[in-house]
Amino acid sequence: MSSLQSLDIRRRSATVTQSPSQREATEIAKLIDVSRCIGCKACQAACLEWNDLREEVGVNVGVYDNPHDLTENTWTLMRFTEIDVDGRFEWLIRKDGCMHCADPGCLKACPAPGAIVQYKNGIVDFISENCIGCGYCVKGCPFNIPRISKKDAKAYKCSLCSDRVAVGQAPACAKVCPTQAISFGTKKDMAAWADKRIADLKERGYKSAGLYDPPGVGGTHVMYVLKHADRPQIYAGLPKDPKISPLVEFWKGVTKPLALAGVGLAALIGFFHYVTHGPNEVQAEDEEAAAKARRTPAE
Amino acid sequence: MADKNNILDRYTAGARLNHWINAILMICLVLSGMALFHPSLFFLTDLFGGGTMARIVHPWIGVLAMLSFLGLFIRFWRFNLWTRDDSAWMRNVKHVVSGDEAKVPEAGKYNAGQKLVFWLMSILTILLLTSGLAMWDSQFGEYTTIDQKRLAVVVHAGAAVALLIVVITHIYAAIWIRGTIRGMTRGSVTGGWAWRHHRKWLREEVGKTK
Ligand code: HEM
Ligand code: SF4
Ligand code: SF4
Repeated sequence: MSSLQSLDIRRRSATVTQSPSQREATEIAKLIDVSRCIGCKACQAACLEWNDLREEVGVNVGVYDNPHDLTENTWTLMRFTEIDVDGRFEWLIRKDGCMHCADPGCLKACPAPGAIVQYKNGIVDFISENCIGCGYCVKGCPFNIPRISKKDAKAYKCSLCSDRVAVGQAPACAKVCPTQAISFGTKKDMAAWADKRIADLKERGYKSAGLYDPPGVGGTHVMYVLKHADRPQIYAGLPKDPKISPLVEFWKGVTKPLALAGVGLAALIGFFHYVTHGPNEVQAEDEEAAAKARRTPAE
Repeated sequence: MADKNNILDRYTAGARLNHWINAILMICLVLSGMALFHPSLFFLTDLFGGGTMARIVHPWIGVLAMLSFLGLFIRFWRFNLWTRDDSAWMRNVKHVVSGDEAKVPEAGKYNAGQKLVFWLMSILTILLLTSGLAMWDSQFGEYTTIDQKRLAVVVHAGAAVALLIVVITHIYAAIWIRGTIRGMTRGSVTGGWAWRHHRKWLREEVGKTK
């Protein structure tokens, strides 16, 4: 995807100064109601179709997940889990993909100016023409989402159909979902809609039903309604309390400018030492003493 | 080896070539690496043909630099073994910094400061090599987990900055102590330089000619 003129930018990777952000934008969100999903994968197909991507024909290893993991072509993937929850068999299906974090670890880690942007509406987008293919975003993401293409060595992931959203359309997956398990709107509306769904689920006996909008990454612009929100891990490893790794925070935090200052200081100390002490020159006496020592080596 | 004009041989042509190949590769590594270290230095990628090119060439230059450093290590490690005198030298390093070397033990081929630079470079080089390989996703991506990669980038960036500071110290010392650079460019130093900075080495060399 390339930068969209109609969407202002909140944050831009490897950029210290502010990006164009004069215009006001409403925060949007995609709400995935896991309890309504029937696992038909229409969203997965719509994603390939809208984005003109093709996935390789894979092999069946006895599970429904197809392909087996997210790839540079598969930006969203239905993950299936068969599990006993409190003595009852459940078939959990989760639509995996970029969460569009408010505090995106991928963007924080990226060294290439403008290769990752966060629009004011909350969408985190990879601007592939600026991507240098280093794979830092993979290390930054707490959800293990970005994939580096073997074809062009660029990073790819769900764009939340920023190109559609920019012109007032809903993402392709939300549009195509036959059960309306995927809805799209302002983040506020989606949270209100989720509340209704959660109340309904609770009424039906799912006491720990809840919204997945993890505060550890500042909230996300893709949210889930989960029947078992107290145990998100059972949904194919959805992290319970995702955070940007402390190693990444340390690597990309104040340490960087401090390290640069350290390097500058070392050079400056050297220069000031020279200015105050002058060069350490060999004196005539040194040469004489050396010559003498060499004539009488026994000394 | 000594000669009549009070000149001593310090480095063979092979050692000098090895040193300067290493220096050139290191400068390329520092420039291409630091380009990705901080946004304000990203412009350095232009020296390598853009961001993607810098990303591609950096690790390959790294492998070459490691090989050339190995050459230097094999040549010099014997002369860099730490002695009791070196500890005494280090304790009195402030006299050296203020230009008064008479107050510290006579140095052999390398003084304690140079030995420290040598060992720091060796250790940091190994750290850079191992962490560098772990973050080289285009070649070895599948051999490490994401958590290992996260550790690797922190180690790599930290070791790179530490190495850069060591290199700055190394370069400044060579500039400040006049007569040093010719040792690495022409291979020889004057007797007076050796007397002033490496007297024990001078005595050893003179002893050999007997
Ligand atoms: C065998 C040796 C080395 C290997 C394999 C290696 C590999 C890498 C790789 C794969 C990266 C990520 C970007 C890219 O893909 O190009 C990187 C970044 C970097 N390298 Fe190296 N490298 C080596 C040696 C060095 C040395 C000797 C230095 C500096 C003295 C250095 C400084 C850096 C810096 C500053 C970064 C950026 C780190 C950051 O983003 O914070 N590297 N290196
Ligand atoms: S691979 Fe990821 S981190 Fe690296 S430049 Fe591309 S988007 Fe940025
Ligand atoms: S889920 Fe990962 S790739 Fe998506 S915005 Fe968050 S950190 Fe970036």
